[in-house]
Amino acid sequence: MSDSSAVDPWIRRSANPKLDRILITPEGVPLHVTVAAASARAGALALDIAIIMGLIILVSLGGVLLLWAFGIAFDGALENASGPLQLLAVLWIICVFLFRNAYFLYFELGDRAATWGKRAVGIRVAARDGGRLTAEAVIARNIVRDIELFLPLVFLTSGEASGTMTDLTAWAGFFWVLMFLLFPLFNRDRLRGGDVIAGTWVIQNVKKNLGDIVAPAATETMPDGAAPVARYQFSDADLSVYGEYELQTLENVLRTGQQASLEKVAASICQKIGWEPGSGDERAFLEAYYTALRARLERSMRFGKRRKDKHSAPE
Amino acid sequence: MSSEQALGAAVLRSDRFRLEREADWIRLEAIVTRMEKGKARRLSDEDVLALPTLYRTLLSSLSIARENSLDAGLIDYLEGLALRSYFLVYGTQTSLGRWLGSFFGGGWSRAVRAIRLDISIALFVMIAGTAIGYILVAGDSDWFYALVPGNFSDVRVPGASEQALRGTLFGGQDEDGLGVFAAFLFSNNAQVAILAFALGFAFAIPSILLLIHNMALLGAMLWVFAQRGLTVDFVAWLSIHGTTELFAILLAGAAGIHVGRSIAFPGARSHLKAASDAGKRAALVMAGVVFMLICAGLLEGFARQLIDNTAGRFAVGGGMLLLWLIYFIGFGRDRARPGA
Repeated sequence: MSDSSAVDPWIRRSANPKLDRILITPEGVPLHVTVAAASARAGALALDIAIIMGLIILVSLGGVLLLWAFGIAFDGALENASGPLQLLAVLWIICVFLFRNAYFLYFELGDRAATWGKRAVGIRVAARDGGRLTAEAVIARNIVRDIELFLPLVFLTSGEASGTMTDLTAWAGFFWVLMFLLFPLFNRDRLRGGDVIAGTWVIQNVKKNLGDIVAPAATETMPDGAAPVARYQFSDADLSVYGEYELQTLENVLRTGQQASLEKVAASICQKIGWEPGSGDERAFLEAYYTALRARLERSMRFGKRRKDKHSAPE
Repeated sequence: MSSEQALGAAVLRSDRFRLEREADWIRLEAIVTRMEKGKARRLSDEDVLALPTLYRTLLSSLSIARENSLDAGLIDYLEGLALRSYFLVYGTQTSLGRWLGSFFGGGWSRAVRAIRLDISIALFVMIAGTAIGYILVAGDSDWFYALVPGNFSDVRVPGASEQALRGTLFGGQDEDGLGVFAAFLFSNNAQVAILAFALGFAFAIPSILLLIHNMALLGAMLWVFAQRGLTVDFVAWLSIHGTTELFAILLAGAAGIHVGRSIAFPGARSHLKAASDAGKRAALVMAGVVFMLICAGLLEGFARQLIDNTAGRFAVGGGMLLLWLIYFIGFGRDRARPGA
């Protein structure tokens, strides 16, 4: 499922909201995914091509070394060793074919569904319908790569070399093959031709760590037995000035914990609720305010009332 | 009383929810991380068995957290972990080796049978292409040079003597570098077949044009040999690998037509759905086409040069054709499953 409309009113902050999609798992739970940007795709492809070229060069070097070894073994009589030479040539052609075609297949069929290039930029292949990514789909999307990538290259080199084409037809042909190459730029989900055929798309990997509890001071007790946040008591009016958006901002500030921003945010909250800003105790104050605000918003959330930000009406 | 109130207010219900469950999440994360690093084999059986359960528990935690918690960091973490474990639970569960087993064990022949309408279309197009090539060159032999690229027509040109033509068909045993030639032919033919399939993406028209062009070349060549009474010998020379190779190109073209047809006329499904359904079926056929072309390359490189008489060539070519037909028509029928 690819639907950009949010299924829940949760405020999601992402670098490029245009690429955010909802994927419904077979259990029916919607998950947020981010489609890989065209630049990431291009970067991964460039890396993969470089790796394939590197592998081909390595194999060629290995072949040359073997030849050299043969040369020593046969005491320079290479003309008599046409059998091994042929075998090497056959192996080389097969290797190049395999690198060009099987490299993508092998890695995209693995657990991470990504080639080395894709892993490096943190993207992976997935089935568009939220189901299992099948071997057929991986094969289909990679077979089509040939016309998208190699056809324009071959076209350019052959057109240049033979020189039989007039300028107009050459350009027309060039744009036609370019259409396949630039296909991902012309659709919302950044699908290339192979993705359309195979029912796949390429999305970003996510790796988030489980952070600590946002306001740990709220659960600790001071030596005198009282919770430090208990020193602050907020009235209903104090807590009704902000919504979920501001709560998240506050959460970010507390998680990063930079003293300068703590002071700034504490000052602006105090100003908003008409308190006299104290100094030296910003963190405890903010944690107390965060906890109280979150408790209040979560309570009304359980009754089905949500407040997006400070501009929307209080519950 | 005030301290009790403070504690109740301080420990958020959503934080307690998290503290009760985070041990499971952390265990799942450890399993997922190890599997992503490719160390799945080193997981204990317990962990492997626990993965689906932990994953479903996590999904339910996520659903609850979305309704009850305003801890954005926590929900981001749960979403990310859910997505990562979703990919492992619903990942590609075949390795390349296991997939190959099921592929040759009937998956391929079923896929071929599923696109028989497109195979008929492609067969018709190929026969028409051959006829066009033959008729064009028969009408005006200059057409030959337009149809056949230079590197093919060394001595095989209109007006060549019977002696010269016969020389191209027989007597190649002492040729060197057969293996290299075969490998090169395979690599070349495979790219042509892949092209025939991949072009189907553009509503199948380029696939059909490619088939017509390649077969017209064959038709033109056939005319050249027919002029000198060498038709049977030429067909035998061609059939030894041609039954396999032309069959492969037929299947590739048919797969391309299948995809193009599904995109142009998706029926009740959406265009994208129709394209991906057809694409997956056609991809199976294509994987087989590559295999057939390997066989064709070997036959062309070795058998054609080693077997130097018409009867023997017909026997090998006909035998291969029979083998393919038996496989495609008869194989994997009993285990036919819906949606396979």
